[in-house]
Amino acid sequence: MSQQVQRVEHPGDLARLRETLQAQRGAEKACLAICAGTGCQAYGVNRVIEAFRQELDQRGMADQVEVLATGCPGFCERGPLVTVKPDGIFYQRVQVDDVSEIVETTLVGGQVVDRLLYEDPNTGQKIVHEEDVPFYKLQQREILWINGLLDPTRIEDYIALGGYEALTKALSSMTPDEVIEAVKKSGLRGRGGAGFPTGRKWEGCRQASGEPKYVICNADEGDPGAFMDRAVLEGNPHSVLEGMIIGAYAIGSQTGYIYVRNEYPLAVENAAKAVKAARAYGLLGENITGSGFDFDIQIRRGGGAFVCGESSALMQSLQGDVGEPQAKYVRSVEKGLWDQPTALNNVETWANVPLIIGKGWEWYAATGTEGSKGTKIFSLVGKINNTGLVEVPMGVTLRQIIFDIGGGIPEGKQFKAVQTGGPSGGCLPEDMLDLPVDFDELSKAGSMMGSGGMIVMDESTCMVDIARYFLDFLKEESCGKCVPCREGIARSLEILDRICAGQGRAEDIPLLEELAETLEGFSLCALGQTAANPVLSTLKYFRNEYEAHIHEHRCPAGVCKPLIEYWIDPDLCAGCGACTRVCPEQSIEGENKAPHVLNKARCIKCGACYDVCRFQAIVIRSGEIQPQIEAES
Amino acid sequence: MLETTQLEAILERHDRDPANIIAILQDIQAEVNWLPEENLRYVCTALSIPPSKMMGLATFYKAFSLAPRGKHIVQLCLGTACHVRGAVRIQGAIERELGILAGETDSDLQWTLETVGCLGACALGPIVVVDGEYHGQMTSAKASRLLQRIKKADGNGAGTYEPASAES
Repeated sequence: MSQQVQRVEHPGDLARLRETLQAQRGAEKACLAICAGTGCQAYGVNRVIEAFRQELDQRGMADQVEVLATGCPGFCERGPLVTVKPDGIFYQRVQVDDVSEIVETTLVGGQVVDRLLYEDPNTGQKIVHEEDVPFYKLQQREILWINGLLDPTRIEDYIALGGYEALTKALSSMTPDEVIEAVKKSGLRGRGGAGFPTGRKWEGCRQASGEPKYVICNADEGDPGAFMDRAVLEGNPHSVLEGMIIGAYAIGSQTGYIYVRNEYPLAVENAAKAVKAARAYGLLGENITGSGFDFDIQIRRGGGAFVCGESSALMQSLQGDVGEPQAKYVRSVEKGLWDQPTALNNVETWANVPLIIGKGWEWYAATGTEGSKGTKIFSLVGKINNTGLVEVPMGVTLRQIIFDIGGGIPEGKQFKAVQTGGPSGGCLPEDMLDLPVDFDELSKAGSMMGSGGMIVMDESTCMVDIARYFLDFLKEESCGKCVPCREGIARSLEILDRICAGQGRAEDIPLLEELAETLEGFSLCALGQTAANPVLSTLKYFRNEYEAHIHEHRCPAGVCKPLIEYWIDPDLCAGCGACTRVCPEQSIEGENKAPHVLNKARCIKCGACYDVCRFQAIVIRSGEIQPQIEAES
Repeated sequence: MLETTQLEAILERHDRDPANIIAILQDIQAEVNWLPEENLRYVCTALSIPPSKMMGLATFYKAFSLAPRGKHIVQLCLGTACHVRGAVRIQGAIERELGILAGETDSDLQWTLETVGCLGACALGPIVVVDGEYHGQMTSAKASRLLQRIKKADGNGAGTYEPASAES
């Protein structure tokens, strides 16, 4: 930050600062907005950004074209993503080799590089502009839209886009009670999973006796397959800070914490930079914007324990203790962190607050369903064409998300289930896809909204294995404090292990159901109480798969290792030898260009051959009669 | 193992506040790759934390290791998205290639294999991270080749892996 920081010491200063920043930027200046989120970084986008900077330098264009390393706009499937502004030309899967062509053709020549455009798989049509891509077009991106417009490490970008206006509005023209009233009327419910009304939580905390009071941002996003909060905190950390400062003002708190998952290094880094910058501008710390209100935020990294996403465990961890959940005889808004009144919300909830205050609760409440207002971000992953982050108004159907926005299932396979709510949620089958997505509807169906992970599964996913997978995860993550959770999960897993091994017994299904009842009724915290959901929902909708495992010793999806075998289809095998080269056991033999044969006795079922075969000649079979060819060989 | 002066610097950075113990342990581990007992005992004395509680913390949080870890840290994502895309097959391939199981470190201290819940880069699943570098859209064969390349760059001396042909 080379420029002199102009502290905001009066609400009017912010508007003036914004105007100055907007004038400096110039709306017509050419700009390459490149996603530098964790997903695109994994694709190697940092090398692409570097290449653009070098190319522009060499051509003496560095002053005319800005290279903007932005937060994640959500279309991870197509990364690295580059948008050329001001025209908004959208390039996808951009590699270092494409850099000079983009500069030459688009920035210098004003033409579009056709081959880097997104092609609509349904129509085959090339799409030039970002906003016309169906993946984006069908969303309502109130929170995520800004990620692609700013460099998350520069507070000036956020301010230029209207950031911190909601904060100055709250501090200068609203009383704390008015802020709480607005949040209550907006209908905002916690985005972390439970869906508790945020305004009521704040009110409870404000009314609770005891000083100091704390606000906490839960960024310990642990659900496997969920990364909305990471994208918001690393892509636009100031929206979270702004929400927290407004919340702290409403509650009457001077100290806040962001508890962020250790596995998200970029989110930690960007949030830390944001806190520093906000302090420098007088938007955080003492006497915020000259209002007399003091509030500061500290960032704490988690230690890699899933259960710390549970609020009482998180508070234990913040206190420097083992992160075990506590019995909630008293709510944490009355006795939370260090036994003081504490309001804890997750990242996405906090990021919604500036919208409610800035645009008004009436505007906010106009989106969504009766019981669930606003938009929700989902991370759409698994067997889906358009993996990425999807922000939709509450109430759209699962089908719209998966097929219209997500583009359906890859490789022409059949949809089997969608899993929502992480390890606490459940799997829903095809005939539930027209359910509107909101807190209450998904719970009624035996799943839950959760924090927003949405994992799509196709015909090659075994639902018994998925239930086993989640219990395996939860067994590792159960803190072990209460017996129902510790033993209930371990015993359920034992049963699922033996079903997956083909040793299931007829009484196993009722036994699983009985254990589920105990888990749900008597566990101390939500981890145990909801641990049986993956089992119960798969039993409810995919019971036939359990029965196939138990009674026929067959895994219909071809996943459970003890129940499957690999076989080479002689009609499809081209004899290329790719499988023989990767087989660690040398169990495949055959002449060049002649069908190969797999020796079952030596096969360890590692699947390496299956992964490399380009002819789909390696077939996974389960419980089928074997053709003669193996007997002959 | 860290010297006293280094430990003191870490403690000062965190205001010698026992509430910051997790951050303190993270900083120690960032320096030496694990948590040596002598260092933990020093912190216990300095901050009046009972060793029993320290042991509880160091074993509860997955991020901490009480044993030395390898020169190369391999993290395999076992998030749901990676799982449905076949991460289990990749785990098998890596375990065979490195001659260690998930959670283990080889005897030469060259390799540590860890599994993680979700790295949040699901579009690239299955994902393997080696020494902080992400490798996406993995297959078992690609994972083996990746590790072989690193072994080769190390002068082939790393790991305890022996090719299958040598075993039979």
